[in-house]
Amino acid sequence: MDIATFFQQVANALSLGSLYALIAIGYTMVYGILRLINFAHGDVFMLGAYFAFYAVTALAMPWGIAFIVAIGLTGLFGIGLERVAYRPLRDSPKISIMISAIGASFLIENVGIVLFGGRPKSFPSIPLFDTVIHLGSVSVLSVSLFIPVVTAAILAALLWMVNGTKTGLAMRAVSTDLDAARLMAIDVNKTISMTFGIGSILAGIGGIMWTMKYPQLNPLMGFMPGLKCFIAAVIGGIGNIQGAVLGGFLLGFIEIMIVAFLPELTGYRDAFAFVLLIAVLLAKPSGLLGKNQTVKV
Amino acid sequence: MLRIEDLSVHYGGIHALQGVSFEVPEGKIVTLIGANGAGKSTTLNSIVGLVKPSSGTITLDGVPIGPLGTKDIVRKGVVLAPEGRRIFPNLTTEENLALGAFARNDKDGVEADKRKAYKLFPRLEERQKQKAGTLSGGEQQMLAVARALMSRPKLLMMDEPSLGLAPLIVKMIFDIIRTINAEGTTILLVEQNAKAALEIADYGYVLETGRITLSGPGKELLADDRVQRAYLGEGI
Ligand SMILES: Nc1ncnc2c1ncn2[C@@H]1O[C@H](COP(=O)(O)OP(=O)(O)OP(=O)(O)O)[C@@H](O)[C@H]1O
Ligand SMILES: [Mg+2]
Repeated sequence: MDIATFFQQVANALSLGSLYALIAIGYTMVYGILRLINFAHGDVFMLGAYFAFYAVTALAMPWGIAFIVAIGLTGLFGIGLERVAYRPLRDSPKISIMISAIGASFLIENVGIVLFGGRPKSFPSIPLFDTVIHLGSVSVLSVSLFIPVVTAAILAALLWMVNGTKTGLAMRAVSTDLDAARLMAIDVNKTISMTFGIGSILAGIGGIMWTMKYPQLNPLMGFMPGLKCFIAAVIGGIGNIQGAVLGGFLLGFIEIMIVAFLPELTGYRDAFAFVLLIAVLLAKPSGLLGKNQTVKV
Repeated sequence: MLRIEDLSVHYGGIHALQGVSFEVPEGKIVTLIGANGAGKSTTLNSIVGLVKPSSGTITLDGVPIGPLGTKDIVRKGVVLAPEGRRIFPNLTTEENLALGAFARNDKDGVEADKRKAYKLFPRLEERQKQKAGTLSGGEQQMLAVARALMSRPKLLMMDEPSLGLAPLIVKMIFDIIRTINAEGTTILLVEQNAKAALEIADYGYVLETGRITLSGPGKELLADDRVQRAYLGEGI
């Protein structure tokens, strides 16, 4: 392989890793605050892509506005999902809320098939993202450069929000001790809604950027990325935002590089995540950046 | 200020409080003593809305607060330093204090109160950036008290603030309770350490398996035979 191809693959890995990171954060934030694996998160990602698709095609919005609308709708959808499917079960056994999450996932996918049609749709080309950029002998699609840049900006904003604002402080308090957070006069429901909103917004952004890179939409497109990003979150140490980012990039790089260097393994592409998961969990059960879980009392 | 009338709490089949009534007058220190499992924590948790009573009323300055959620009760100035401290171990001392002041928007006032808290507990100031989970037990208790004060409570409720502390720290915590009270905060204190609690209390109530069985001024209860036998370990 020549150096140009290598850099091309690095760009691909960076953008795939960014997308995984964005989605993995949603899993980790929700887990951190509710100890819930939001199985429907991948489907929220899918919805983000479809919202953008219909805003651009059916509503003929300019893509910039369409994306903002779609991201907003995805965030609201995530908030609604928590209200309808999780909040009523918050005091029930963990298994009930878990099953509700699985049910929500199937429901969204199947309603998606009914509403959007089962056949894949292709996202209309947006020249800004479809241009081939030549950097010396390396040529990459512009979207592969946009994705890491946008992701970096979002991550910076997110970390500032979580560590530097009152809302973030409330989130960290709620994720540690729900009742103690209530005693601090924190509005726990609002904080949880906010967490779902932010996680879903990131999934929406991820979904849109995903379709810029891989412009095919189908109602089940959230399943595999959803599963892998959940794995990425676990690999990084679930509940830990930096861990989710690390896990996402690790997964993206390994997937792209193995396919690039060992093309005969391409068929096993989706299996790498699981292999990595098993390897990491054997070595460090709480994930790469996870702390040894103190049992919540 | 705070009036509890005929409060009953059930946990599933357990009837933890069976018609408890008592009063906390403004500016006073009131203590609730009783054996393990008597229902002391349940009482405080009900007042602050963490536990939903099955019947009875709780009024603050004549207004029922039963229907309110915890955050609104706390915003009315009724603050609980809960049993077992419940500080946020993964957050720093400073962040824990900031959470105590979460409902407040007066930045300058919060900053001033933080300085006041550090003056009250210099050990916390030295450990501002330290994760609260790494503080010693006594320091964590100081943090729990300081955090509760950061909200400028009208009524400060403390659930066993002396639990597991060395005698010197216990004395310090009780001194501080007195100081806080002298500065105008009403106190409702739950304690295993009945002697120390009754000594500083204006009024005390004895809770036994979900019922108030005795009440009176702190000094009187301290001298009461039954209290001495049951809680002060004397006269056996
Ligand atoms: N969440 C709960 N679920 C079921 N039973 C409970 C719960 N909380 C308390 N109880 C029961 O209610 C009764 C009163 O408990 P509470 O914690 O109020 O006692 P306490 O007076 O604070 O005791 P201690 O001095 O040991 O802290 C006990 O019998 C206890 O087992
Ligand atoms: Mg108790």
